[in-house]
Amino acid sequence: MDVITFHYTISPDDFTRAGEASSDVKSKLKKMGVTPEAVRKVAIAMYEGEINMVIHAKGGEITVHISTERIEMVLEDVGPGIPDIDLAMQAGYSTAPDAVRSLGFGAGMGLPNMKKYSDEMEIHTVIGEGTTIRMVVNL
Amino acid sequence: MGCINCIKRCPTQAIRVRNKKAQINSKFCIDCGECIRVCPHHAKHAIYDTMEDLKQFEYTVALPAPSLYSQFNNLDDVNIVLNALLLMGFDDVFEVSAAAELVSEATRGYLSKNPDKLPVISTACPSVVRLIRVRFPNLIPNLLPLNPPVEVAAILAVRRAMEKTGLPREKIGIIFISPCPSKVTYARAPLGTDHSEVDKVLAIKDVYPRLLSCMKAVGEEPPEIGTSGKIGVSWGRSGGEASGLFTEDYLAADGIENVIRVLEDMEDQKFTNLKFVELNACNGGCVGGVLTVENPYVAEVKLKRLRKYMPVARSHMESEGEELVRWTSMVQYEPVFHLGDTMMESFARLNQVERLLKKFPGLDCGSCGAPTCKALAEDIVRGEAAESDCIYFLRDNVHKLTKEVARLAADIEEGDGDSYSKFRAMTSYIVRISDEMNQLDRKEGRNQNDDKGTD
Repeated sequence: MDVITFHYTISPDDFTRAGEASSDVKSKLKKMGVTPEAVRKVAIAMYEGEINMVIHAKGGEITVHISTERIEMVLEDVGPGIPDIDLAMQAGYSTAPDAVRSLGFGAGMGLPNMKKYSDEMEIHTVIGEGTTIRMVVNL
Repeated sequence: MGCINCIKRCPTQAIRVRNKKAQINSKFCIDCGECIRVCPHHAKHAIYDTMEDLKQFEYTVALPAPSLYSQFNNLDDVNIVLNALLLMGFDDVFEVSAAAELVSEATRGYLSKNPDKLPVISTACPSVVRLIRVRFPNLIPNLLPLNPPVEVAAILAVRRAMEKTGLPREKIGIIFISPCPSKVTYARAPLGTDHSEVDKVLAIKDVYPRLLSCMKAVGEEPPEIGTSGKIGVSWGRSGGEASGLFTEDYLAADGIENVIRVLEDMEDQKFTNLKFVELNACNGGCVGGVLTVENPYVAEVKLKRLRKYMPVARSHMESEGEELVRWTSMVQYEPVFHLGDTMMESFARLNQVERLLKKFPGLDCGSCGAPTCKALAEDIVRGEAAESDCIYFLRDNVHKLTKEVARLAADIEEGDGDSYSKFRAMTSYIVRISDEMNQLDRKEGRNQNDDKGTD
């Protein structure tokens, strides 16, 4: 099975650029003829992940593997890690600082939306070392 | 001309410069008028009808766009414009702003009855609807399924004219006086309905000079024929449609690039608690259309002044109003940007595009006639362009071939191996270098040998 891989480096603390990677993936998927629904799922799940990396983890790396069967997104950061995943998965729970909230982020829907819009999601996190999230959207 | 202003500014990358001429891919084009606006050589023209075209009708009704009222200095009474249209030769006038008030009313009803469709996207600007149709399929369900004011005005004008005159439909001409070419396309290929009642579309800039002199001939106290108020007239500028909905939970964006940004964000569900999204392809809204004469921002001020002492609204929905405002056919997704016919093919081509991009310089110089290196790569995988259209690619190739020739020549001099076959290879390389140099000359000549239009 052929796979095309794209890498994105997410720069820290730059909200003006947050969302560029997911936007790029979205435009590629649209040209590939993926169903509109799948494009939407990938765009939202990846956008939320990307924003999380900027807010909580000083950026990181995103790798996207595209095939005709699935889209796999791997988001890796060397941030603080997630102490309580179950709590973080609750809608409305957020640890985002006030400065970020004033920009309209930090509504506590990041991880819940990533879960909701992906078909598979795995979180691997180590406190003080970082978090890796793998999401899959089936086509 | 060979210049690249329009290809760079087209929001859907629909234009390519080939053989010194800008060609528009009609499948990608959304009729936003941006290329007409930016061309310093006035090489692009909008298509619309002329006063001559009205002679085929026995009875004509003018449909003035709200933006028409914003084109005149010190206008304090729309009746002067409306009566001047009659003096110009139209048999009747039906204000689009009056129909707009009906659409505003119907929109208020639609918003309250369909909370699941929020945020609702305005469909008055045909370019915006076309953009969503080709690029934002996920947002099609959010489109306001109501006819734009011009269509509602046309339907009502036809009814009134047939009742008044008893003439058959084909002898009545419904003539829209338009700020933009997008509505010209709309009349021929409407959205949300299979057939538009608008028969001909004139440009405001064409009507303007004659209208001005007729306006002088209208007396001090023109007969009262206007039937619209603040809400209707406000549709001429960005934010006007939304202001007629009596909600603060709206967003109004104008200018096609801003519109695209808003749609991208809407698609990613970045907005919450919004009820209505008003989008206009032109800066400032309809007053910014390319067929107007006044600067859009000055026009906006004039519109504000004009509506100051108007009643809020003067046209209201009759009992059967709902029906004539509703769309009769849904807008369907048109996946024109797919790279191939099937997902397999598109996927393979996406892969090819990525490989090609590594070969190109990434300067987006436009010399190849495509707006970006990526657009050229996509053209190539669709079979519409070649790698050699890129002058950097060609130049690199020439350098490579030259080095190859030098190497062969050195080999021959040293007498290594089969000199004859090496000599033949060298000859063929030299022929290729010559060919590619010619191609390069032709491409660069595109910009240098033009005697007119370059400044």
